[in-house]
Amino acid sequence: MRQAPGQANQQLKPASTGKRRMLASAVVSGLTLALAGAMPVIAQSKDGKLKVGLMLPYTGTFAALGTAIENGFRLHLNEQGGKLGGREVELVKVDDESDPAKATDNVNKLIKRDNVDVLIGTVHSGVAMAMAKVAKDSGTILIVPNAGADAVTGPMCAPNIFRSSFSNWQPGYAMGEVMAKKGHKRVVTITWKYAAGDESVRGFKEAYEKGGGKVIKELSLPFPNVEFQALLTEIAATKPDAVYTFFAGGGAVKFVKDYAAAGLKKSIPLYGAGFLTDGTLEAQGADADGLFTTLHYADSLASARDNAFRLAYAKTFKLQPDVYAVQGYDAAQMLGVGLNAVKGDISKKAEFAAALKNAKIDSPRGVFTLGKSHNPVQDIYLRQVVGKENKVISVASKGLADPGRGCKI
Amino acid sequence: MDFSIFLIQCLNALQYGLLLFLVASGLTLIFGIMGVINLAHGSFYMIGAYMAFGLAPIVQSSFGGGFFATLLVGLFLAIVLGYFLEWAFYSYLYEREHLQQVLMTYGLILVFEELRSLIIGDDVHGVSAPDFLSGSIALGDTMTYPVYRLFMSAVCILLAIGMYLVFTRTRLGMMIRAGSSNREMVQSLGVDIQFLYRVVFAAGVAIAAFAGMVAAPVSSVYPNMGSQVLIICFVVVVIGGIGSIRGALLAALLIGFVDTFGKVLLPQASGVLVYVLMALILLWKPQGLFKAG
Repeated sequence: MRQAPGQANQQLKPASTGKRRMLASAVVSGLTLALAGAMPVIAQSKDGKLKVGLMLPYTGTFAALGTAIENGFRLHLNEQGGKLGGREVELVKVDDESDPAKATDNVNKLIKRDNVDVLIGTVHSGVAMAMAKVAKDSGTILIVPNAGADAVTGPMCAPNIFRSSFSNWQPGYAMGEVMAKKGHKRVVTITWKYAAGDESVRGFKEAYEKGGGKVIKELSLPFPNVEFQALLTEIAATKPDAVYTFFAGGGAVKFVKDYAAAGLKKSIPLYGAGFLTDGTLEAQGADADGLFTTLHYADSLASARDNAFRLAYAKTFKLQPDVYAVQGYDAAQMLGVGLNAVKGDISKKAEFAAALKNAKIDSPRGVFTLGKSHNPVQDIYLRQVVGKENKVISVASKGLADPGRGCKI
Repeated sequence: MDFSIFLIQCLNALQYGLLLFLVASGLTLIFGIMGVINLAHGSFYMIGAYMAFGLAPIVQSSFGGGFFATLLVGLFLAIVLGYFLEWAFYSYLYEREHLQQVLMTYGLILVFEELRSLIIGDDVHGVSAPDFLSGSIALGDTMTYPVYRLFMSAVCILLAIGMYLVFTRTRLGMMIRAGSSNREMVQSLGVDIQFLYRVVFAAGVAIAAFAGMVAAPVSSVYPNMGSQVLIICFVVVVIGGIGSIRGALLAALLIGFVDTFGKVLLPQASGVLVYVLMALILLWKPQGLFKAG
């Protein structure tokens, strides 16, 4: 039978040469693996550069938030001359694309391939939960500069996990108190059906119903669906006294615009967690005027600390800062406090955590401390949209601490 | 649900369905006539929306044009872009297998997203509708319906009629239909099939970008808007039958109704209902509702 040209040669090769080749490649790969395995041991824990892994969304819906957080972090780093705790900081970036499915792989990239000492991330709650799980298992210090998933300082909490932002429960709870005090008796809630939306509404419902109100309907649509018309018609049909909502990013812009276009803004007042109007006012235009929201930051705090921060940020990045930039800035502050206490030795995790537990962080939002579950205990402001700004009306909830349900540290 | 609310929900469903048709018709055109799976379709939609945002101030300052002038300029630019893309990339994809088409067009998605991030940035932006279309019509005592959404539905209906007329009543339409059933025969009859395909592709891109521009005041422009729209477009095309404009229209309306009433009646399952609909239709008619043409 005729054979193709190559096959005859393969048949004539002696078996011993094949075996020798296999042995050689086995030895080489064995050596490579051994060397690679030895690398982490060589990495420093108290001298040399401190490797900080930034896992943030640089593409996708939350890209602007990721950039703002990194800008805030870099601003503080620059103010400290590029050093925290006496060590020079080297930043390693990974784009998490706000995709929970890729999250574990991305975190492992930072921990195992890049050997970071500290993890900072992220925006999307689903991704942050995956990060928290890996950080809990590996013991790497993680500071969350946005994701508000209650679980991160709840059942998933750990001595090495900290948050510089908020828990989804906090702004919701504060708004629940506000709306109950305002005398709205029947409220409809509407949000995306995912962790952040559910937890925000839950926090709202807890305070609102304690204050004597009743949530008559809880509307939701799948994330990131933005076809609100059907549910807006439902709201009009239900005729509540007010509506509480949680949306962020592009969805927040569309919802506010659709709400106004459907004529509901005049008849049924709209309230929301601060993300509804943060970073979105330029796109929302007049449709957002007069909206009340609650958040741990506002555009018009006018404290000396905030003014200095805003000026420095605007000078460095030619942009106005927002709550995400503040959170990134404070994540760097928290890292600095911890590192100063352990004199740059990142392996002293217990001392690091103890230092942060007792710390008062001087943030542009006001001074805050960390609660038992490592979530900020902070003032939540009631803001109203006036012009193109979220102006502070009052403090909705002073020193509000997330209950940290399920956290065992 | 009382009757007036039911009617308003029907109006919502109809309007959403027509918008879906507007966006998906370009995809079914390219997929059906040219046999190319174009994943970058969502990116063309995004390009249209960003053009509405980016061109508006330029058109305003150069010759004082408003929304419609921006639409025309954007449409022209989209046709040019489509013509160039077909010449540079897509003309190599006709005889290839689907995987290679997917790889090429997916690569284009990544390039377009990055370019968008570099040129315009990652912030969310709003586009304002022209003043005479910004009002609302009162429906009952609490709700109003924005005039602009009615305008969008009217545009979709006009486009559907226009496409039908071009395909069935003009020589160009006749050549396109012939080219999709037998490319070589049409070529041997002396028709320049290369040029024909380029025209069809440019039309597909233009329709997608036009949909983006028209929908921009309602949806606002933000990163990733293309991928969200792409998936639902494929569902429309698969349900309607690949290459069938009639099918795309019917499928889009079906999805509009299922999605709207699903959100209200079965909120827990609303994310899945559209795909359940697709599965059921495929079980009944594996080729989709209508055949090509």
